[in-house]
Amino acid sequence: MELAHPSLTRTGWLRQRDTFDWLYAAALVVGAIVALVHYHEFMDVYDDLVLILHVPVLIFIGWYWKPFRPYLAAVAALSLCSIWLYQGDLQRAEQVFFLKYLISSQTAIMWMSALYFMATGAYWIGLLARSEFGDKTGSALVWIGTAMGTAGLFVRWFESYLLGPEIGHIPISNLYEVFVLFSLMTALLYLYYEQRYDTRRMGAFVMVVISAAVAFLLWYTFSRGAHEIQPLIPALQSYWMKVHVPTNFIGYGAFALAAMLGVAVLLAERGILAGRLPAVKVMEDVMYKAIAIGFAFFTIATILGALWAAEAWGTYWQWDPKETWALIVWLNYAAWLHMRLTKGLRGAVLAWWAVIGLLVTTFAFIGVNMFLSGLHSYGSL
Amino acid sequence: MQRSTAKALFELLSSMRFAISLLTILAIASVIGTVIQQNQPFNAYLNQFGPFWFPVFEKLGLYSVYNAGWFLVILAFLVLSTSLCIVRQSAPMLREMRSYREHAREVSLRQFAHQAELPAGRPLAEQRERVDAYLAHTGFRARADEREDGVLVAAKQGSLNRAGYFLAHGAIVLICIGGLLDGNLPLKVQMWLGGKQTTTGNQLIADIPASARLGENNWSFRANLFIPEGRSANVAVLSVDDGILLQELPFTVSLKKFHVDHYENGMPKRFASDILVTDDETGESFEHTIEVNHPLTYKGVVMYQASFEDGGSLLKLTGHNLLRDVADEPLQLEGRVGDTLRLEHPRYDYALELTSFSAFNVEDMGSGEDSATGVDRLREHLGSGAARTDSGRDLRNIGPSFTFKLRDEAGQAREFQNYMQPIERDGRWYLYTGMRETQAEPFRYLRLPVDEDGRIDTWLAIQRWMFDPARRDVLAHRMASASFGDDPSVAPMRDRLVETASHTLALFSERGYETVGRFIEASVPAAERERAADVFVKILQGLVWEAWMMARVDAGLPALEINENRAAFLRDTLAALSDSLFYEAPLYLQLTGFEHLQATVLQVTRSPGKPLVYLGSLLLVLGVFAMLYIRERRLFVLLKHQGAGLVAMSSNRKAIDVDEAFQRHAEALSALLAPDSGEGRTDPTATR
Repeated sequence: MELAHPSLTRTGWLRQRDTFDWLYAAALVVGAIVALVHYHEFMDVYDDLVLILHVPVLIFIGWYWKPFRPYLAAVAALSLCSIWLYQGDLQRAEQVFFLKYLISSQTAIMWMSALYFMATGAYWIGLLARSEFGDKTGSALVWIGTAMGTAGLFVRWFESYLLGPEIGHIPISNLYEVFVLFSLMTALLYLYYEQRYDTRRMGAFVMVVISAAVAFLLWYTFSRGAHEIQPLIPALQSYWMKVHVPTNFIGYGAFALAAMLGVAVLLAERGILAGRLPAVKVMEDVMYKAIAIGFAFFTIATILGALWAAEAWGTYWQWDPKETWALIVWLNYAAWLHMRLTKGLRGAVLAWWAVIGLLVTTFAFIGVNMFLSGLHSYGSL
Repeated sequence: MQRSTAKALFELLSSMRFAISLLTILAIASVIGTVIQQNQPFNAYLNQFGPFWFPVFEKLGLYSVYNAGWFLVILAFLVLSTSLCIVRQSAPMLREMRSYREHAREVSLRQFAHQAELPAGRPLAEQRERVDAYLAHTGFRARADEREDGVLVAAKQGSLNRAGYFLAHGAIVLICIGGLLDGNLPLKVQMWLGGKQTTTGNQLIADIPASARLGENNWSFRANLFIPEGRSANVAVLSVDDGILLQELPFTVSLKKFHVDHYENGMPKRFASDILVTDDETGESFEHTIEVNHPLTYKGVVMYQASFEDGGSLLKLTGHNLLRDVADEPLQLEGRVGDTLRLEHPRYDYALELTSFSAFNVEDMGSGEDSATGVDRLREHLGSGAARTDSGRDLRNIGPSFTFKLRDEAGQAREFQNYMQPIERDGRWYLYTGMRETQAEPFRYLRLPVDEDGRIDTWLAIQRWMFDPARRDVLAHRMASASFGDDPSVAPMRDRLVETASHTLALFSERGYETVGRFIEASVPAAERERAADVFVKILQGLVWEAWMMARVDAGLPALEINENRAAFLRDTLAALSDSLFYEAPLYLQLTGFEHLQATVLQVTRSPGKPLVYLGSLLLVLGVFAMLYIRERRLFVLLKHQGAGLVAMSSNRKAIDVDEAFQRHAEALSALLAPDSGEGRTDPTATR
């Protein structure tokens, strides 16, 4: 009769929390308070507000999705450790072994890159050899890589203030930084679905797009020196950036994930890897979930962008190429959702559509900066 | 008949097919607008597309796609189509939201994809009690229908999913209407109904007729307000197609100071205008600083820091003569950016248009190369994200520059860009002057080497000696004497060298290295050309040296000994002499002083549609989340006096989670209704 219990306790969500949940929540609250007190002089009222709002959001995510808690704890530990090792002196990145080779921002991002590549390999071994060990290794590597990458971004944030208080800013201001963000967002979304659907066999495909992003990142670092922290130009000095950019990348990450599942669906429908991949129905469901969350966040991101544009450029919409392409991406996925939800469409057409959707998204993300001139020129190659 | 046509039209306009087609056209049109740069001067398009396509594209409105009539028509149709879709859907949707379908027949329930038998055995009243408690507890609202053989409890949750539809689609309509109000449409209506007409930009504001002025009570506009430091303005400018309109403002803005701050690495840090706003009606005034991302709202007009320009900086110039057979004194000139000066001379007559001035120029002066390789390269990229100097990049402020145009009597103009201070390249210092024929080209730079005092006088004096035909023989003789001495025994060789040197100099004076090179190609066999070129360069360098020494004699200065540094100066001088023959100006204009005067460009707008758009955006987000994340589910529990009951579930979406949810509910209900389930579970809320 145990079956009856969980179904009867819908209102008991709060009461279902265990000790770890409450510890996690308490740690977040304390962390936020310490940050507010400690870094108060660097933040304005909007920064304070954003920080405070993060607490309930992160608590909710951690309660809803358990593995998020150790991940966040690891990120916090790595970041704090790095900050402590720096002791306020940027030069120590060259002198202290742990900073130079483990947790300074660049090094941590390099580790993230390496771990993501290895994870891709592990997942493919897992898929082709039907090896659970391969799958689990892949999963672990993605988790560690994601923790390293996230810590890398946080440390980069700290380092930018070490360069000078006037230079300090959140590291989501140029193409290099947002590529790291993109990799992390896609990986986190994937890890969530991996757990939710209890299958690791989609990792091989999703990690391909992340690896491609990482490969671009490395090229960008080594051949263009894009990793150097640059101060913010006036147009970017706004609290809107803190909300507009990450929201956008939840969208981009989810669309990329959906496209890779589209590829997997198309292959499975032709009988390729069909026995090894999860059921087509499951992958289609994940694809829908990803596009739904991506679309919801992309909607918010575009609106936030419009609000910001109204403040910075004097008008919420002026058909700048980036804005226009964002609209095209939005229309594309709106149509995709209509087809699935209203018309009940399934199968190859939607899968192809998701794949092509990624091409459109990629153009909106990078192509616009490369080929078209406009106001979003700070992300140029 | 007519009725059915109207009905068919309604069906078409409100159909999703029609809406999707419109959206597709909209998307394609939008792409055109991103590929063709919008709202550029018409001249730029004429150059880009040529005389044939330019008018065609103009007629299609491709230079301002998003304001084109046809684009607005598509938008209007989209509003209409979405509105009709809402109207069409609203009645059935509301019915659906309200109804519980409690009259559903057992036969139809048995056809549901999700259905399961429920255990029998308990009295109906008890069954009902347990089911009601369960449904209430799991967030279902229910309605019961008593029947002969039992009761149907029809329950539902997530009806707000349908509300999401109204929110999201209504939001689109709101946003489109708001956007149309803030777009170009109100202006077009005023031009059309109000008889407003654009005028050309090059006239005094006071001379612009009322037909090109929009009153201060205009409720929707976006215009630019240009104010130089120390000046005021109460009229903003709208660019429409190829002309302008004036927008009168209910207040006057004075610019006290414009700030441009830079970071250490030269990147811009802050653009800000210190302004004084005076109400034209009451005369009240207040001070404010407008910055990027920090606009000011006053009397319903929002003012943004949009751009900045030169406000008419005073430039002090020295014109060094470059004509070879004229020995003019340097010319002293003074003018403001935006002015046109006249350069009159017996040999030429130019209009000198001072077009811009820039006090800072941050350029990458590095080699662009990173020397490290392999593991070192990787190691270099580990550590902090702070900028390191060994990346091959070297951003430096290379000082002020100005641009000007020289327009000849035929109206042809060339554009020039001159830097004020010498710039270092590979340890040598030069004054840069760039020239281009059209805006589309990059500047080609002439590098004039500066002497030890940092001046170009030495180069100018050498230039005059080298290119004066009357003095060619003097240089040739001196050079030959320097090579062979004055001994009469070597006279024949010396004379031959004089002849060669004189000839070389004559060739070089035409088109520099180009004519010398052509001569070598024409007269020397291929195998010996390289050696011959060396000889010619040696001769030219010897001549430049002699020209330099003669210039020093002219200036009353002593002769010099050659050394490494002077040899490098010789090479630079020779290269600049050759290049200067392609420099199409009779003067080199050196910037010797300036008084910087900046101007701010504020964008001033009134956007009445903004509240609508923002409200629409909020509704859109709520609607999207409601549609995607509120799951509408209906649970039907048929309970019977006798025999097994039935549970069935329907959802407006097919998805895996519906299967899971049904599984959960069916199992829970079976457990609750099973005859052997304990008494303690009768009241589900008591389980905790």
